[in-house]
Amino acid sequence: MLSYILKRLGIGVFTIWFIATATFTAMHMVPGDPLSNERGTNEIIRANLERQYGLDKPVFQQYLLYMGNMLKGDFGIAFSEENRSVNDIIREHFPVSATLGLLSLLFATAGGVLWGALAALYRNRLPDAVLMFLVILGISVPSFVFAALSQLLILNLNQWAGRSILPVAGWGDFRSMLVPALVLGMSTMAFMTRLMRSSMLEVANTDYIRTARAKGLSPTRIFFRHQLRNAILPVITVLGPAIAIITTGGFVVESVFAIPGLGRYFVQAVAQLDYTVIMGTTVFFGAFLVLVVIAVDILYGFIDPRIRLGAV
Amino acid sequence: MSLNTPEFSASDFAPAPNLVAAERIVRPSLSYWQDAWLRLKKNRRALCSLYIVIALLLFTLLGPVIWRQDPALQDLDAISQGPTLGTRAIVVEDPGNWEGVRGEPAPLPPGGTLGAPTLRVEGIATTQYVRLVWSMVPGAQQYLIYRNDHAPESDQDLGLPLGTTLSPDELSFEDRLQLRPQRYWYTVIASDGVEEAAEHTTIEVSPQRAITVSQARERELDDTVGATVDLPAHPFGTDYLGRDLLARLMEGARVSLFIGIVAPLLFVLVGVIYGGISGYFGGNVDIVMMRVADFVIALPFLLFMILFRISFGIGPGESGIFPMLLALVLLRWPDTARLVRGQVLQLRGEAYVQAARVLGAQPGYLIFRHLLPNTMGPILVTLTFAIPMAIFTEAFLSFIGMGVSPPTPSWGSMSNEGIRTMLSSPHELLFPSIFISVTVLAFNMLGDGLRDALDSRMRSRE
Repeated sequence: MLSYILKRLGIGVFTIWFIATATFTAMHMVPGDPLSNERGTNEIIRANLERQYGLDKPVFQQYLLYMGNMLKGDFGIAFSEENRSVNDIIREHFPVSATLGLLSLLFATAGGVLWGALAALYRNRLPDAVLMFLVILGISVPSFVFAALSQLLILNLNQWAGRSILPVAGWGDFRSMLVPALVLGMSTMAFMTRLMRSSMLEVANTDYIRTARAKGLSPTRIFFRHQLRNAILPVITVLGPAIAIITTGGFVVESVFAIPGLGRYFVQAVAQLDYTVIMGTTVFFGAFLVLVVIAVDILYGFIDPRIRLGAV
Repeated sequence: MSLNTPEFSASDFAPAPNLVAAERIVRPSLSYWQDAWLRLKKNRRALCSLYIVIALLLFTLLGPVIWRQDPALQDLDAISQGPTLGTRAIVVEDPGNWEGVRGEPAPLPPGGTLGAPTLRVEGIATTQYVRLVWSMVPGAQQYLIYRNDHAPESDQDLGLPLGTTLSPDELSFEDRLQLRPQRYWYTVIASDGVEEAAEHTTIEVSPQRAITVSQARERELDDTVGATVDLPAHPFGTDYLGRDLLARLMEGARVSLFIGIVAPLLFVLVGVIYGGISGYFGGNVDIVMMRVADFVIALPFLLFMILFRISFGIGPGESGIFPMLLALVLLRWPDTARLVRGQVLQLRGEAYVQAARVLGAQPGYLIFRHLLPNTMGPILVTLTFAIPMAIFTEAFLSFIGMGVSPPTPSWGSMSNEGIRTMLSSPHELLFPSIFISVTVLAFNMLGDGLRDALDSRMRSRE
């Protein structure tokens, strides 16, 4: 078990190095540099700035320097904002993204399990058909459309109520997180509903369900104790990829709802070609995702002892 | 000796009818693909989405041939217009050459207060200009003109302040500010330079849709003043620059579907080759190749889409379609590669492959003749599911402004433009997003149907 975890972590470190190198290469392929805006017009100022940020050195040396600093946990100083370190930016904006992501994951998982179980319970009857139609809709409608529609809905709701029930955009208390999280989790919820439904139906055909029925357990007990608990397992496997989709997919929702998350910051940084912020956020996101996937895999081994972790 | 031999005839020695053959149950032999097609045809949902896909392709390819409006033509008189089936407009003379009406100002009679002018419209009110003329109010130094788009409910509710006359003898005003063919309420208030009059006059005006003589000449329409001309129909309305939304949707469909179909074709091809080689050779080659694929999978997808899309650079005037295509191919091939590798690994042990190998088949022959054709089903399914993913990605990127660059339209960037005017003209957001949703829906359902038809192992339990 321990050797498995260590092996996974070792590969994980390699992956993060790969992500960092790929980002560095891609970033330096972009024509221009962070100083090619109005600040760099004067030759002397430009040279000074280049020296300050280390841009006057050869690219490979910059790479080594950056990697060295990164190992020490220092992502450098942002170009677009004076004297603000990337670590500070991440520290300030990541909790917002993480809260949003966690909340929407909660919505998605709870909703997915609930709706999936319901659809399986009413298999091939009206509720099932309605739910499956909604699932297809949830997968096919882009989240920015959901976001816009929900904003419209909130607006009308507030107008109708004559006061602000839910804020249309912005970030702050729980009320402002509710709708963005729901919108962000929508497609994952649809996906999980589908997975849960087929998993429920699969479990329904197993021998142990038949045994439970044969020994006279009540249908409710069979449903909750035997069917539901076993059917949830596959849903947990997709948690890793789902977290990836939700955390990186967040910036569409973040931009529509004007939420100050890290994703929105990343888009801005790319537009300004802010080397250090791009590197910092990508490596941070990458490391986060790699760790989450490892954590989910290990967790899965604990939950379902049938899975042998060594056999990868 | 007389033997009582029975009489035999030749017919007694004829072979009995072959009952075995008659009882044999046969059906016409169907190839894998024929069978799959039959199953797909039975699936109503899949067939329906197949028709939608065909309709979308026709819309994209044949649409611009039939609907000949220029998607880039801006019409500032038809900004954010709702869907219309052709409008008529009258031709009016060019604005700007109206000298207005002037009158001799009179002093305020002693003890009197400022009154309200009488207000009327000079000529006919059109969407090009509304010319207001009012009577002189004794003592007025200037007049304030307001425009409202609903009937004023109180003295405070006069709407948009359009302007103030500069001298006391000006008794007219020409409004040319974004007029639409709807009802307006104009108010003119006299002022002595310090205080506004307590009374004012409001009139209701409904401008008629009109174009100017020079606009008519530009579009090669009848350019005599007073003539009625037909303006182009906008069945899907117009956008914030007055461009025809239907024409732009067709143009955008070309971008969205091009990326949505070509990118998956390319990355599935790369994945098939990569996965095929990896699975066929196995061993250390396989381990190294799959480790590389794992690295690529671990890259945060959307972040790298944006990065690559920017890195591959777009010069001025380029649409940014190819950087996006390249980025998609670079980031998306490993999924297919993994799938194909798994399939090939499994098939490699099958007896018919072993037999071919024993007979001396070369690796290339084995891969392309035996292994790949037998993984075609899952590959096709992957391809169908990759298409909506690619369309989605394009829409997302264009939506956050990292996709195709304007003026090239794509459904995503059109949605992005539409979201800004969502409240006043929802059709600008609605139509592109409906197109994205329907396309993704159709490809998803087609993928489901194909999976059911092609691959019994992956069949969804419905």
